Amino acid sequence: MAIFLNGGSRIIVQGITGSEGRKHGARMVRAGTTVVGGTNPRKAGQTVELAGAELPVFGTVSDAMRATGADVSVVFVPESGTKDAVIEAVDAKMPLVIVITEGIPVHDTATFWAYASARGNTTRIVGPNCPGVASPGKSNAGIIPADITSEGRIGLVSKSGTLTYQMMYELGDIGFSTAVGIGGDPIIGTTHIDCLRAFQDDPETDAIVMIGEIGGDAEERAAAFIERNVSKPVVAYVAGFTAPEGKTMGHAGAIISGSAGTAQAKKEALEKVGVRVGRTPSETAGLVRDVMRGR
Amino acid sequence: MDLFEYQAKELFASHGVPIQQGKVATTPEEARAVAAELIAAGKPGVVIKAQVKVGGRGKAGGVKFATDPDEARAKAEQILGMDIKGHTVHSVLVVEDIAIAQEYYLSFLLDRAERGFLSMCSVEGGIDIEEVARTKPEALSKIPISPLSEVDAARAAEIVAAGGLPEEARAGAAALAERLWAVFTGEDATLVEVNPLVLTGDGRVIAVDAKVTLDDNAAFRHDFGRFADPEAADPLEARAKAKHLNYVKLDGQVGIIGNGAGLVMSTLDVVAYAGEAFGGVRPANFLDIGGGASAEVMANGLDIVLSDPSVRSVLVNVFGGITSCDEVANGIVSAIGLLGDRGEQVRHPIVVRLDGNNAAEGRRILDAAQIPVVEQVATMDDAARRAAELASAAATGA
Repeated sequence: MAIFLNGGSRIIVQGITGSEGRKHGARMVRAGTTVVGGTNPRKAGQTVELAGAELPVFGTVSDAMRATGADVSVVFVPESGTKDAVIEAVDAKMPLVIVITEGIPVHDTATFWAYASARGNTTRIVGPNCPGVASPGKSNAGIIPADITSEGRIGLVSKSGTLTYQMMYELGDIGFSTAVGIGGDPIIGTTHIDCLRAFQDDPETDAIVMIGEIGGDAEERAAAFIERNVSKPVVAYVAGFTAPEGKTMGHAGAIISGSAGTAQAKKEALEKVGVRVGRTPSETAGLVRDVMRGR
Repeated sequence: MDLFEYQAKELFASHGVPIQQGKVATTPEEARAVAAELIAAGKPGVVIKAQVKVGGRGKAGGVKFATDPDEARAKAEQILGMDIKGHTVHSVLVVEDIAIAQEYYLSFLLDRAERGFLSMCSVEGGIDIEEVARTKPEALSKIPISPLSEVDAARAAEIVAAGGLPEEARAGAAALAERLWAVFTGEDATLVEVNPLVLTGDGRVIAVDAKVTLDDNAAFRHDFGRFADPEAADPLEARAKAKHLNYVKLDGQVGIIGNGAGLVMSTLDVVAYAGEAFGGVRPANFLDIGGGASAEVMANGLDIVLSDPSVRSVLVNVFGGITSCDEVANGIVSAIGLLGDRGEQVRHPIVVRLDGNNAAEGRRILDAAQIPVVEQVATMDDAARRAAELASAAATGA
């Protein structure tokens, strides 16, 4: 099972001929992921070699889907072209689009999200500015290192890439069903809540780790969702207690505006609904260990 | 990126949002000249407004009136150089004085929760809008705007009517709202705010103040460089930016270098917790060197962090994901060598925590290099504690 991504997932890379697309496409192939091709409108009909596999390049997402049966697209297209790339994938009715590209103007993200919504959200969008989705032992779509963890029964959802890796590594002996990096931009497609819902429904996930950070109120809303809808144990970590007001901390969305978006408010909201919140990543991993041992 | 009022109004003017006549001035003499020009053109007087990126300048004495050029000069002299909530006033905006009949509020902004845009409008203007939202929420209308739609005449009319603006202001306010939307979309803004939006004595509607935040991610398709504010930027932040490093200056003693925004934010927190046991030692900065962590990037990062005179120790916290730790370790060794070659011998202790891909090899490389200032600690929590302890010891001369 896992969520969003499983052993049967067939993946294309939008922007497969670019340096990022090639590098991470090859990593995905080496991780055992079924990568079936990619797109570049100017290089249709050519092939590209990724980790020993000769993969076809298509002019459009719909051509690629017709020829390969792809059901996941990973987008590495540069920021100036990302909006059009995502809209093209939505038009092609691609079930899952994972947008790795960093630095996309937020008006563009708002536009492609609204476009997907107006078409009934038949396409799930993850990202942008995210490390992707990994279901260890099954499939790896994006830039999450494949060899730092193992297959298991923890579900993970995170705004941060490196904190995701850190957690997957620390809990590598227990293992993960799926890790979803949702990204640190102010507007993102798939949210903490979407992932919490999917993990709650996934019979192969026993406990959920949620990693948040300063900015916006996604964690507060996730807390309200957990109270009503999640019966599986949830452990959380929030980064940015020492961040000053009004400064962007690396991620475009990681900014405290006035008194809104503080780590303290997020921690309190989560603890109020019974979520255990670790003070450090290691303490958080320890809490997850306790939860899994108790099962 | 937040703009000064005068910069925001430049954008307003270029999109046809009505504003007062006036110009920015950086000296009392310039302010006098602008005032003389406006008064010669028949304006009754001028308003001299401190240009600072912080609210509450009126109460702080940063807005003054004058009826002749010499008075304008004197008032500008009082305002220039003033400190308003930690912001030094380097320029003033001198504009025509107008007769204000009523003050309203109007803005377009990003709505993170709804993943779209929002318009806000209120008949209550000229005061802090968060205050209005708290005390008179019914007086503040919020209408979502789909990024796929436009604010046309009908939508603009709906927005100002919902805000409760009186009949005599509605046509002018709606026309202004349409133009303000053009600023929001055309300039890739995440906020355009007019507070107050003013109905003048002679029945016009104009933007008397202007607040604009632009999306740095959209810089590639605009000329945002003209809004750069070298005087306000911390000198270290400016240097880091020139080297494409993501650095934020803080006020503590432990310099921080890490990879990935989340991990670095987390490192700051862990150092602050650990510092509680050492007399309140705190992180000195945020610095994300990204995934690559090459020797040159590491050297530039160390250089910036060590240039902060408050720094007593440095914590390098790297998780090797795609980058493997042996490359990072080689980067640290070369970086310290590079700094030595530049004549900037590293004297502060550097605590290094490497974890993840190929961590054992990375640690071996650092051990083999035998750099006296480098100390390795296995876990993030212990590394933070050690860095805080070293900073505290250095500060007390122990």
